[in-house]
Amino acid sequence: MRFRIEQRPEPSSLMRVAAPALATLLTVIVGSIFFASLGHDPLATLHAFFIEPLSSMNGLSEWLLKASPLILIACGLAVGFRANVWNIGAEGQFTMGAIAASGVGLFWPNPESVLLLPLMFIAGMGAGMAWAAIPAFLRARMNTNEILVTLMMTYIATLFLSYLVHGPWRDPAGFNYPQTALLPTAALFESFDPAYRLNPSIFITVVAVLLMWLFTDRSFLGYKMSVSGAAPLAARYAGFRESAAVWIGLLAGGAAAGIAGMAEAAGPLGQLSPQISPGYGFAAIIVAFVGRLNAFGIVLGGLLMSLLFLGGEGVQMTLGLPSALTRIFQGILLFFLLAADFFIFYRVRLVRPVRDTHALETAR
Amino acid sequence: MDLFIAIFTGTVIAATPLIFAALGELVVEKSGVLNLGIEGMMLMGAALAFWAVTAGYPMPVAILAGALAGAAASLLFGVLALTFLTNQYAAGLALAIFGSGVSAFLGRGFGSEPIEALRRLDIPVLSDLPLIGPLLFRFDPMVYLALLMFVAISWFLYRTKAGLVLRTIGESPQTSHAIGYPVIRIRYMAVLFGGLMAGLAGAYLSVAYTPLWVENMTAGKGWIALALVVFATWRPLRILLGAWLFGGMTILQLQGQALGLDVPSELLSALPYLATIIVLVLISRNRQMLALHFPASLAKPFRPTS
Repeated sequence: MRFRIEQRPEPSSLMRVAAPALATLLTVIVGSIFFASLGHDPLATLHAFFIEPLSSMNGLSEWLLKASPLILIACGLAVGFRANVWNIGAEGQFTMGAIAASGVGLFWPNPESVLLLPLMFIAGMGAGMAWAAIPAFLRARMNTNEILVTLMMTYIATLFLSYLVHGPWRDPAGFNYPQTALLPTAALFESFDPAYRLNPSIFITVVAVLLMWLFTDRSFLGYKMSVSGAAPLAARYAGFRESAAVWIGLLAGGAAAGIAGMAEAAGPLGQLSPQISPGYGFAAIIVAFVGRLNAFGIVLGGLLMSLLFLGGEGVQMTLGLPSALTRIFQGILLFFLLAADFFIFYRVRLVRPVRDTHALETAR
Repeated sequence: MDLFIAIFTGTVIAATPLIFAALGELVVEKSGVLNLGIEGMMLMGAALAFWAVTAGYPMPVAILAGALAGAAASLLFGVLALTFLTNQYAAGLALAIFGSGVSAFLGRGFGSEPIEALRRLDIPVLSDLPLIGPLLFRFDPMVYLALLMFVAISWFLYRTKAGLVLRTIGESPQTSHAIGYPVIRIRYMAVLFGGLMAGLAGAYLSVAYTPLWVENMTAGKGWIALALVVFATWRPLRILLGAWLFGGMTILQLQGQALGLDVPSELLSALPYLATIIVLVLISRNRQMLALHFPASLAKPFRPTS
């Protein structure tokens, strides 16, 4: 018996749905083996990782709170990814959005103004877009690789944040911690329930998902973007310029990441410090892929990924396992998902040795 | 004069990890494969080499362990990109994230104690020569190994038949397959070699350059190495020159901080990233030159059709 790989005549729609589930299952299996090798009971650890966070009201609130920025950023990134525009600097755009929004919140002349949150929203979105506009301009006009530029811009944004919170924006009453003063109340999203941290900013994400769906599935421009990703030459013949896809893709990603940064600053954080993101910008790249660059897939991907963040924190506290586990799980999940995608387009056939078929025929 | 010597030797040392990683990626990209996971492979190499030193293994074994860790990581990418025909951008990004997680996980027990760094070669007579001695003969062996790799890879790519085959595969895997070359197998070997080199680069960081373990200690050097390959328009000599340029940037920034220049240290720290962007812009504007040396099948999945 031998295996042979052959191309399916048509991509399998069953595998398209089954692949993410299969990848999740395999991730869980590898995770259990990993936990067992560390000397932890795999079932108990998996329970602590995936079930426990969801078994309390606070856990559910945290789950949505963490999924929200991931889904938001991934929606923006996926617009670009569909057109083969690789913005992997969402982390930097997120940081700039948080900085700009906090700046407005801290220094606006009237700290009680009802306009404060809307202004912060605009500032965050604008800063994210501006930070993404630099690689967009360089790619569209100078042919510069946007992967590398968006990434370099992330390091620069992180250093800029570090400069602000260690220098000019440092809170003099902050016991020398590198952080800004707390944002005024009018600059904060009020939680639904004072006991939990979930706040109305999740509605921004809901709107973003709908917009993303309308754009990619219902608009001609979105269709042209996808064509330019799948078949650049065809798109060019049809008169759709590559630079348009570059601008739209990067600005959408920058806007989404900037808004997510604003929502974090005005939500759970309430101030700036060097650690404003647990890696949302990078994890959102995985979310976009796990969600197959599709709005509703991204919602599921974001929920799964935020569960990984939450579970990672949980086992860190209860079992003393390191938080790096989260990134390992994220990486493994993406590995398996990418590999499972193979079976959408290909299938593995068992090839019987010739002798057997001969025996079958003579028997007949 | 002492300052000049310090800047020169500092530059050469800071360039060494970039030379390893970028030369390795050059070979990978020449075979038509784009592995964006250098940062992850470097971190794995750095963590494993550091662990081996703290566990009491001799230095060469530790460095080899780092190199093998990089190669093992690159195998993950290879299976995805070459066997499962995955989007190479996505597979490389996955490796970058995975490598940073695994290295942080391995490194959680390292503490913050520095180890005894890789010692420099003190070649008897030569290193005592005035001026030339400190400039050329007082480096650690990895610095010379990086230069040796530069010579070997240049020779391999442009002076051997195997190198020609590798480059042909990067240009047109279909044709190479039709002639009878095992495209996938050769690409696997290129990817593994790239991982080995990235692992060496990481090992150099953690056992020689800054002999202590810090989470995410590569600080973007893997991505800068990727940029160097573009900057070099896929030519080895330009990788060497580019690495020295960036090494010089790093050292000037450190010297600037030491001299107490009246600018925020973050601005100085941002210089290498800014320089990367500027250099990429300057190079990328010349589309003809890029097209001339760009491996035509870069990042395109290949599957033999027969």
